[in-house]
Amino acid sequence: MIANDVLDTILPAVSKPGRYTGREWNQRIKDWSKVALRVALAYPDVYEVGMSNLGLAILYDILNREPDVLAERAYAPWPDMEQAMRQAGLPLFALESHRPLADFDWIGFSLQYELNYSNVLNMLDLAGLPLLASERIAQPSTPLVIGGGTCTYNPEPLTDFFDLFVIGEGEQVTLELARLYVQSRSGAAAAWKPNFLRQAATIEGVYVPSLYVAEYNPDGSMAAIRPVDCSVPPSIRKRIVPVLPSPPTRPVVPFIRAVHDRGMVEIMRGCSRGCRFCHAGMVYRPVRERPMTEVLRAVDELLVQTGYEEISLVSLSSSDYSAIQPLVQALSQRYGEQRLAISLPSLRTDSFSVELAETIQRTRKTGLTFAPEAGSERLRRVINKGITADDLVRTAEAACASGWLRIKLYFMLGLPTESIEDVLAIAELVRTVRSIGRRERGRRFQVGVSVNTFVPKPHTPFQWLPLADAEQIRARQAALRSALRDRSVQLSWSDEAVTWLEAALSRGDRRLGGTILKAWQLGARFDAWAEQYKPELWQQAFGETGLDPAFYASRQRSFCEVLPWSHIHTGVDVHFLWDEYQRALRGETSPDCRQGCMDCGVRSEWHLECCPQVLLQSGQP
Amino acid sequence: MLTQVLWRFRIVFSKGAELKYISHLDLVRAWQRTLRRADVALAHSQGFSPHPKMFFASALPVGVTGRSEMLDVLLERSIQAYELAARLKTQLPCGMRVVSVAEIALAAPVLPAQVVAAEYEAEVAAATSSEDVQSRLDQLLVAVCLPRRLQRDGKIRDYDLRPLVQRLWLAGRRGDAYVIAMRLQADAHGTGRPDEVLSALGFAGQVRAIERTRLLLLTNGVAAPSHPR
Repeated sequence: MIANDVLDTILPAVSKPGRYTGREWNQRIKDWSKVALRVALAYPDVYEVGMSNLGLAILYDILNREPDVLAERAYAPWPDMEQAMRQAGLPLFALESHRPLADFDWIGFSLQYELNYSNVLNMLDLAGLPLLASERIAQPSTPLVIGGGTCTYNPEPLTDFFDLFVIGEGEQVTLELARLYVQSRSGAAAAWKPNFLRQAATIEGVYVPSLYVAEYNPDGSMAAIRPVDCSVPPSIRKRIVPVLPSPPTRPVVPFIRAVHDRGMVEIMRGCSRGCRFCHAGMVYRPVRERPMTEVLRAVDELLVQTGYEEISLVSLSSSDYSAIQPLVQALSQRYGEQRLAISLPSLRTDSFSVELAETIQRTRKTGLTFAPEAGSERLRRVINKGITADDLVRTAEAACASGWLRIKLYFMLGLPTESIEDVLAIAELVRTVRSIGRRERGRRFQVGVSVNTFVPKPHTPFQWLPLADAEQIRARQAALRSALRDRSVQLSWSDEAVTWLEAALSRGDRRLGGTILKAWQLGARFDAWAEQYKPELWQQAFGETGLDPAFYASRQRSFCEVLPWSHIHTGVDVHFLWDEYQRALRGETSPDCRQGCMDCGVRSEWHLECCPQVLLQSGQP
Repeated sequence: MLTQVLWRFRIVFSKGAELKYISHLDLVRAWQRTLRRADVALAHSQGFSPHPKMFFASALPVGVTGRSEMLDVLLERSIQAYELAARLKTQLPCGMRVVSVAEIALAAPVLPAQVVAAEYEAEVAAATSSEDVQSRLDQLLVAVCLPRRLQRDGKIRDYDLRPLVQRLWLAGRRGDAYVIAMRLQADAHGTGRPDEVLSALGFAGQVRAIERTRLLLLTNGVAAPSHPR
């Protein structure tokens, strides 16, 4: 255990020391000696980011409910703290017991963003563990390192460092793994790990990368990824929970302000829209709505347990939850007096959403955010983002009429088939919104425009596509900038140096393990933070490991190519993805799952009776 | 518009070592949530962004514990002081305790404006004799002025520490550490910092813990302790 007087020698000099002390409301401290499994849930970014992650909060709750399991938390120390810890010889420790991570049985990383990968290595190193799973496998008392989360839909770049990955929804499979682990450890021989991993590999949703071999073609592309023998499944299907389990209502309430400093209740999992660029929309299928009574009960309980003054109704597209209006009305009625703020992330671009926003808005009308994603009608058809310019005009008018003074719009650059006309159409749309704002609200009205470069993601219809050429992106950014010179328009971009790394890591294969290791050795940390990110370290790491980032990021792949993630099965059929890609090129849209089934494969994969699983059929209130 | 009827309570509380790295702003939010969990109807200001009517006597520096910190809350619903204390007790994060709760006159001056001084105790692990410690304290007290330089947010501020030190004494020993106590000015004209006094005494780097033991309020023109000893 790290003693408090040792922490007292370093914490006064680091920024935000409250990140490292724990003791928050609702943290669970369990008796270390009375459990059979001790799990450190780790997030490879700072406390404020990690504490905003709902997935880890769910696992923390589920694991700590088990009488013989304990779960604690650990986050990436900011560079000043890392330096202080290394100087003092302090290992990375968990917030609850202040015990070193090396004392735990499992270290479970939540992998949500590729630019956190260098932090994963840094945390393992700070914990004093060998970075490579192959070095840990012969050490019976070294913790198992487990990965889960969005990035594990292409886990290959991280396979060197992880003993196993959990693919998909973790609520059930985590407990199955826990039971298997406890059995395997009890009275087991020194070499329990290989046996355990072999058995774990047969659990649905568990991927043990050391039991798979990758083979490559002379041109560097993948030839095959296959199991070492027939006792290991050739492909790994993600786990889903058929019915959403009750949401956690006793989450840890941080002292220091988290990025999402509010209570969260998940109202729906999955999204029915079928936007072709959207990773989440493809991998989190099928759509499952949580019954409204359960949401209301969870909010009641959550508020009693946390004292939060704001709750967020979490989903990929809040206004698509079929009972959203009655839900929001019920919440406003119930909690209006107590000044509860309600936030709805990801609102659809329509006047219905403005009405919803109006219902929940209790204080100053600061800003509304919408994501048309593309400027022209044609390009929106390509990406299957089914909104029209008229929708946006009506939305802006409704927002202004209700008193909003700022509208933020999200767009992407570098979408497939995009031409300069499509880019200039963004400027046109923004100008339209701006003039509506000027007319209705006068000079105080502002439009925020956020333009991110599109990264084609695995398991989406655009997975075969290259990242757009950096020069072309720069030229299009410049064109947009000169078309939008206006004081009431604030334009922001994504950094191209971040984009190529994100593209290379998210679409890479196992050979990238060496590159990630090299980059970390060269000093890469917190690559997701603009002030910490040093792209030249990654350039050097690619160079020294003999790999070309462009091979992964900006190469058109063919349908026949074995993609590095082809053994990971999301339930969505690859033929459906290809079909959607072809429809995109022809500018054909596909219906929302709620309107018609495109037979993506999910329904038959899990023999679902109702898919999407919705509370109210459309047409009803 | 009807005038809102409010009830005002003074909460005296401690902030222990577990929470000493939690900043004042974070503590304010923690109290807000504690009061909500305790189902206490905290009054809010009117207007576009209503904020809860809570007033802390004085922000505690990060790294310093507090034995009797003070907070006034304005409530929309009446409650007995003991009931409020009991509810807070079950809802306060570990490391915070309620020392006392009392209803006070709504018309009393706002709490931070009443604070005039604060007393601190510091544990100093110095390998030196008590005579030496005493003579350092004496030297500081006889000094006419103590020019100090503070650096904060890249700004340099020169000031005189001496007039801010009202009392300074050796309060005893705790284990192998000396306990140095002090009363420092804490009002609109100047606030003494205990770490500054300790480093002026030459104890920088040997300080093991600092606790604010009490706040002195101006009541009827006389400075009174926040909590009688």
